[in-house]
Amino acid sequence: MFDFLDKYDVLGAFWTTVQLTLLSAVGSLVWGTLLAAMRVGPVPLMRGFGTAYVNIVRNIPLTVIILFSSLGLSQTLGITLGADDFKVQGFRLAVLGLIVYTSAFVCEAIRSGINTVPVGQAEAARAIGLSFTQVLGLIVLPQAFRAAIGPLTNVLIALTKNTTVAAAIGVAEAAFLMKEMIENEAQLLAISAVIALGFVCLTLPTGLILGWVGKKVAVKR
Amino acid sequence: MTSVLYDAQGPRAKRRNILYTALFVVAFAALLWWVYKKLDDKGQLAWSLWKPFLSGTEAYSTYIWPGLENTLEAAALAMVIGLPLGAVLGIARLSDHAWVRIPVAIVVEFFRAIPVLVLMIFGLALFAQYTDVSSDDRPFYAVVTGLVLYNASVLAEIVRAGILTLPRGQSEAALAIGLRKNQMMRLVLLPQAVTVMLPAIVSQLVVIVKDTALGGAVLTFPELLTSANTMAGYYGNIIASLTVVAVIYLVINLSLTSFASWLEQRLRKGKKSTGAVLGAQDVAGIAGTAATGAGGAAGGPDLGARLVGGPHRDGDAGGHAN
Repeated sequence: MFDFLDKYDVLGAFWTTVQLTLLSAVGSLVWGTLLAAMRVGPVPLMRGFGTAYVNIVRNIPLTVIILFSSLGLSQTLGITLGADDFKVQGFRLAVLGLIVYTSAFVCEAIRSGINTVPVGQAEAARAIGLSFTQVLGLIVLPQAFRAAIGPLTNVLIALTKNTTVAAAIGVAEAAFLMKEMIENEAQLLAISAVIALGFVCLTLPTGLILGWVGKKVAVKR
Repeated sequence: MTSVLYDAQGPRAKRRNILYTALFVVAFAALLWWVYKKLDDKGQLAWSLWKPFLSGTEAYSTYIWPGLENTLEAAALAMVIGLPLGAVLGIARLSDHAWVRIPVAIVVEFFRAIPVLVLMIFGLALFAQYTDVSSDDRPFYAVVTGLVLYNASVLAEIVRAGILTLPRGQSEAALAIGLRKNQMMRLVLLPQAVTVMLPAIVSQLVVIVKDTALGGAVLTFPELLTSANTMAGYYGNIIASLTVVAVIYLVINLSLTSFASWLEQRLRKGKKSTGAVLGAQDVAGIAGTAATGAGGAAGGPDLGARLVGGPHRDGDAGGHAN
């Protein structure tokens, strides 16, 4: 019943899913933190940019963004992200799309983390003469990140599930392989069960472990 | 706007901010110029490529409007089926009987842990193998099935959270006047919970609308994105077509999001309710996580002052799950 496991590289497909997830997670964490810093900063133009970015990106389907990076960026404008191989290029474009999309949610998660830091912390920091970058970098963000682990975990789990959208531009990850297997084999239920189990194995432990970490490092108030 | 994160600006800080603004403008302008140059080099700014959208209605009546109709139809149907299903699951998860509570919890967690695209692909094959739905209708059925399975479990959590946010006094009072558990749920808790979770439900609608695009790209369901692709094939203007489609999604979803935050503010300020609201922010937590309690660490009670104006306060569009 499970003989399709020998014919198809299911583990390899899930490895691609994991790679997509991790690379996009790192990228969107960096870009999302920058966006959050812009959104709370003293320069009005950057605040406006951050707000506009988040509100625009969050309301466009990820599928549109990823299709745009494939059909628009690479096929029409010829931006290949330094890849000569078609597969590598699709992978990189998918990561780019995922970063653009996910960073909006990371920004909101970090902002909600910043909101848990008591006002007195920032006031005390300003009272001893720290500048905005110092207040944010030394006092607020370290506490905010610890509180933001919960929301960030949700973003990471959603990101793991969102990597399946890369199937739309032909990246050979789990959902893409599932479609291929279902078309060629007559074991719909077994194939779906394996793929579903794979995603449960990726998302449940992420939630459990990071949920535990989040509670562990949360600032007790 | 002043913030607790930085001091009121003196002359030096003002000069520095102007410098930062200038640097940002230069960097942003450079980016825009680069984009413009790229587009221009490939001839993507030619009037003929954008003309179908800016003059004449042919593109809209032939491609965009039928696609949009399918998108909205699938989203609305998914919500209409998913909501009652979610309500039943959510209430069942609050049951006093372990034999009801635990299986329902497993089902809800299972469907929340799986990408909606996987559910759609499964649905497509399921309808192909076990039913006689015609192959033209199958993508639509599959998209709605996937959306219903996923969103019913998310809505179940919203309903559960909505009932749990009500003050304890409500159920205590209901029991004290001698209502049965079923009466308490039906007459006291649910009617209040519905108002409490309205903003959250509207935000979930945004997620559903966005997810229909997935059915278009992978299952060839002829919704907005697919028809945009067909249109791009006809006019040869993929960038223009995708831009127009993105703007349409943006308009729909932004109006839904602002409606949700308007509802939320209204409910928060309302005198008739208990003041409990399940905001859009809370949904972001519900939709992402599996039953691990990973969410809820941040965004604590709305009591103390906040460092930055959150969506609850400054009325900008509230968050929804991705």
